[in-house]
Amino acid sequence: MSDHKNFETLVEDLFRHESGKMTAVLTKIFGMKHIDFAEDMVQDTFATAINSWSLNGIPENPSAWLYKVARNKATDQIRRNRFTADLDITEENRQLLSSEYTVELTMNKLWLEDTIKDDLLRMMFACCDDGISIDSQITLVLKTLCGFSTAEIAKALLVNEQTISKRLYRVKEYYRKNDIKPIFPQEHAIRPRVNAVLRSIYLLFNEGYNSTHNSLPIRKDLLNQAIYLCKLLSEHKRTALPEVLAALSLMCFHTARIESRTDENGDLILLADQDRSKWNQELIEQGHHYLNASASGSQLTTYHFEAAIAYEHCKAASIEETNWNQILAYYDIAMGMNPGPIVSLNRMIVFHKVYGLERTRMEIERSPHLANWQSNYLFQSFMGDLLRNEDREMAISHYKKAIKLSQNQAEKRLLQGKIDKITG
Amino acid sequence: MSEFLLLFRGGEGDELRKSPEAWQKHMERWGTWMGELSEQGKMMGAQPLAASGQVVSGQNKIVTDGPFMEGKEMVGGYLMCKAANYDEAMEISKGCPILEFENGIVEVREIQKLEM
Repeated sequence: MSDHKNFETLVEDLFRHESGKMTAVLTKIFGMKHIDFAEDMVQDTFATAINSWSLNGIPENPSAWLYKVARNKATDQIRRNRFTADLDITEENRQLLSSEYTVELTMNKLWLEDTIKDDLLRMMFACCDDGISIDSQITLVLKTLCGFSTAEIAKALLVNEQTISKRLYRVKEYYRKNDIKPIFPQEHAIRPRVNAVLRSIYLLFNEGYNSTHNSLPIRKDLLNQAIYLCKLLSEHKRTALPEVLAALSLMCFHTARIESRTDENGDLILLADQDRSKWNQELIEQGHHYLNASASGSQLTTYHFEAAIAYEHCKAASIEETNWNQILAYYDIAMGMNPGPIVSLNRMIVFHKVYGLERTRMEIERSPHLANWQSNYLFQSFMGDLLRNEDREMAISHYKKAIKLSQNQAEKRLLQGKIDKITG
Repeated sequence: MSEFLLLFRGGEGDELRKSPEAWQKHMERWGTWMGELSEQGKMMGAQPLAASGQVVSGQNKIVTDGPFMEGKEMVGGYLMCKAANYDEAMEISKGCPILEFENGIVEVREIQKLEM
């Protein structure tokens, strides 16, 4: 029974990581417009693998085994349609793939480990093309790079399957019409293109993180996939930008604390009440390593601040020992860069920790974001927290507004709990 | 720019095939040679041919089995390429790994335009 379970886990892990690589290579050979075909070939490869492995056991190097099968399938495909095959590869490789003298040699070169990694990055850039909406980008990333099925994407993104199918269909139309190719950006375009990819990866991460459904394994899987993709960017010298390392560090810090964030019923646990012994020290250590590495450039991004703040929380042995002054200092710099209502509101919560109720109230009254905040559940909830010992009626009214504004069932339950505490 | 057909004759690889390593090294040199031609945009196509074959001949269309020649003269494969003239085509041919064999021959023929 446990063998059976191990087998399934192994195949699933392989599928998550190897299907994207194989799709990337096959797409390079057959072209973005044949991405469906490439995906089918990868599915076939796994079907072949499962059949063979369940009979003969798992080979020593399953990845190499998979590449070999996919490589042979691609070679067969080219042989079957030698003169009609619609190949999107360079003219040079096209000639060499068409000749029996060179087809296998050329094919082998296309499947070398280093080449595959580059292909995967090229594919990432194609998935996050500027002409594709951000929702479709993350859909495509999950489908193409992480090997999610349409049903799995729907479950992970809490959207129905039809919507996912439509998104995928439209993106593939876009590729066909605009002849998009998976290529590395030019030197001057690297930074904006990497940032576009990073935005998708981070959104994917937040989908998994900010969720009431994160007891679902598929949602947790989003966190692992986002970290995996970000690591790929961090491992290539052209894409290992400081903001990539900072985002990676931030994701490590958040993931380290995921187990302590909800109780067994899926209810949210406030930072102050979290069991810090559940925090994953290994991930915090990794996050710290990436945070240090991210300080190499002159450019500071919001990822840097969020990571630095998350690290302050991870470092503190208890809520009382948190270095709120340091965190406030980070927020002050972040405000200088991006003085938006959300950053400003988060800063206010920290400001309260440092300066207490009276000064916080004065700051809130003076804030240019006051009108904007009224429709933010976090602000209403924060106001409830501020006033609960001063003015119960006002506090309850703020909590009620917050419940109305929140989309999230676990948050709603948490807020109701706060009201019950005041009235009870 | 003209087009040429290169016919590879002879060059039995039976001895070489006994050592998989030597055989692979040999085939890699074919790959390098054709790779360079492709890179220069001169390669138009190439295929190896099986050792056995059949022929049909005459008005009676008589079919007979091959092989129909001594091994040393048999066509074992072809390549079509572009070259400025025979000089260049011959230079290209000199790089062909079939010449690693004592009886290896590259026969070079220009594609002829047929006037109707």
